Amino acid sequence: MSELLQFLLSGVTVGAVYALVALGFTIIYNASDVVNFAQGEFVMLGGMITVMAYTAGAPLPLAALAAVLATAALGVAMNKLAIEPARGAPVVSLVIITIGASIFIRGAAQLVFGKQIHTFPAFSGDDPIRILGATILPQSLWVIAGSVAVFVGLWLFFTRTLLGRAVLATSNNRLAAQLVGINTPFVMTLSFAMSAGIGALAGVLVTPITMTSYDVGLAFALKGFAAAMLGGMGNPKGALVGGFLLGVLEGLTAGYISSQYKDAAAFIVILAVLFFLPQGLFGRKSTDRV
Amino acid sequence: MKTFLTTTALVALALPAMAEIKIGASISATGPAAFLGDPELKTLEMLVEDLNAKGGLNGEEVVLVAYDDNGDPNKARTFATRLVEDDEVVAIIGGTTTGTTMSILAVTEDAEIPFISLAGAIDIIQPVKPFTFKTPHTDRMACQKIFEDMQKNGISKIGMISGTDGFGASMQAQCKEVAPDYAIEIIADETYDPKDADMTAQLTKIKGTEGVQAILNPGFGQGPSIVTRNVKQLAIDLPFYQSHGVASDGFIELAGADASEGVRLPGTALLVADLLAADDPQKPVVDAYKAMFEEKTGTPVGTFGGYAHDAFLIMTDAITRAGSAEPAAIRDAIEATSGLAGTTGIYTFTPEDHLGLDLSAFRMLEIQGGKWTLVQ
Repeated sequence: MSELLQFLLSGVTVGAVYALVALGFTIIYNASDVVNFAQGEFVMLGGMITVMAYTAGAPLPLAALAAVLATAALGVAMNKLAIEPARGAPVVSLVIITIGASIFIRGAAQLVFGKQIHTFPAFSGDDPIRILGATILPQSLWVIAGSVAVFVGLWLFFTRTLLGRAVLATSNNRLAAQLVGINTPFVMTLSFAMSAGIGALAGVLVTPITMTSYDVGLAFALKGFAAAMLGGMGNPKGALVGGFLLGVLEGLTAGYISSQYKDAAAFIVILAVLFFLPQGLFGRKSTDRV
Repeated sequence: MKTFLTTTALVALALPAMAEIKIGASISATGPAAFLGDPELKTLEMLVEDLNAKGGLNGEEVVLVAYDDNGDPNKARTFATRLVEDDEVVAIIGGTTTGTTMSILAVTEDAEIPFISLAGAIDIIQPVKPFTFKTPHTDRMACQKIFEDMQKNGISKIGMISGTDGFGASMQAQCKEVAPDYAIEIIADETYDPKDADMTAQLTKIKGTEGVQAILNPGFGQGPSIVTRNVKQLAIDLPFYQSHGVASDGFIELAGADASEGVRLPGTALLVADLLAADDPQKPVVDAYKAMFEEKTGTPVGTFGGYAHDAFLIMTDAITRAGSAEPAAIRDAIEATSGLAGTTGIYTFTPEDHLGLDLSAFRMLEIQGGKWTLVQ
């Protein structure tokens, strides 16, 4: 019993990380249909900038805030310098641009931050919390809380605010959105800033668990992307559920089958889900007008 | 891709008539093995500069022609060919990873240029290839050292949790092979991806396996630090062994002094420079390298930079003894190296042994109170 619980808690710990990364994908995707493969780099920057500011003597909350703001600014710069000039290009080209941007950011991070692995102290200490014979680290609870908070924030943003609806409208039909008076370039800038900020927040929260180095972004992006696809791209609920589902799947496979097959099992389930539900678990149905 | 060409211009200006000894290097200073290659390249550049400032080798200036192969065996092969054919080097140091080493040695064996590798796998020097040598101990030796210590402590049934990266996978295979020699049975065998965030599922499985007396974790990078923290999280009260892959102060920092308390691993003298006895034959060389590297780079010295230091030491020692910089003469002199104290161990090469180290090169270390201590 306590074994099962430990496998689940292990899965939830990992799943919360995936969910937080997956949530970052949703905003840019909602605004432009572009899957931003530099999302993992935002996560890396969040962790790295916090580490640098923290070792330079800044208190942890301030360092974290600086990291989120700096990364959001970088997201804006990426939109202005790389995405906007290619306006009008097909979505596939934009996706490839984000891959290029991710390679650029990774290279720059290697020069600026070096190649060492870094970490900073967990927010509430390292003493594990015991639940029925299984354990979970307090930092995992921070990550879970963070992913739920971001989810609620995004859900409110997209359903309750005019700006959030403007983002959705821009994604549906940019020209029509412009015609009804939506400032679409601003919507794009905003969505990049928010995505980057959420990515950086993910980096801040997960670094005490996963540690960080200049090259962690790719692994985050791949798993976060898989989680987002599983849940349904663009839907915050899908990102959250997809992330936790993926993590728990991995935890249970590692525990009951073999750790060798943990990644394979997760991807087989994703393939199976996408085979029957091509839009993911909670994806919006795409309706083509004829 | 960057090309490094370190020529100490000042020395060249001061002594224009001085001849040159060209030593080539293909190192993975960037790419996935960067944390190995980066200190290796810095070490070589630093040592060459220092040597030339002291008057060079046999009165000749040493020129290091170094390329960054990015950890890519194809590039390493191209650079090795370029070093041999265009740069006309007399010897090559490098091959940060086993993959790059294998492509370099194919070129150097053909061209009959002595080559000292910085990579771990035993296949590099077994069977013996006439022009290929290496400085790091093999992962098989690390397994043997660990199992020796387990045997001493009456441990016979262990659980292993290994990284799926090249280092972890190779050491996992070697350990499984030599375990029977030490009457050790591996009754749980788990793996993790080097980028995984949590290994408590695997460790719970090991914990639940009947009769496990100790845990061994071959791997490098952040994985072993996370495993170490998870062991603490699950309150697994078993002797816990790490590999030489994490033998650096960075590991204690990442895993935390609290979680890494009592962790044992086989490491080199370099890591415990302060603890070496005053009459230890490795003491002078270890102290000198540590002081020079830390002053030059501002980063703590590590096992991997030490491999490059030893390769350069063996090379210069051989060229000095040969009194010539002809590749064949250098090769013969390297093979005749005897009792040469490096940072990794004391090297004695023979025509049958191109590694030159035995198990005594490893020292069993234990982390106590956030510091390395020697296990007697």
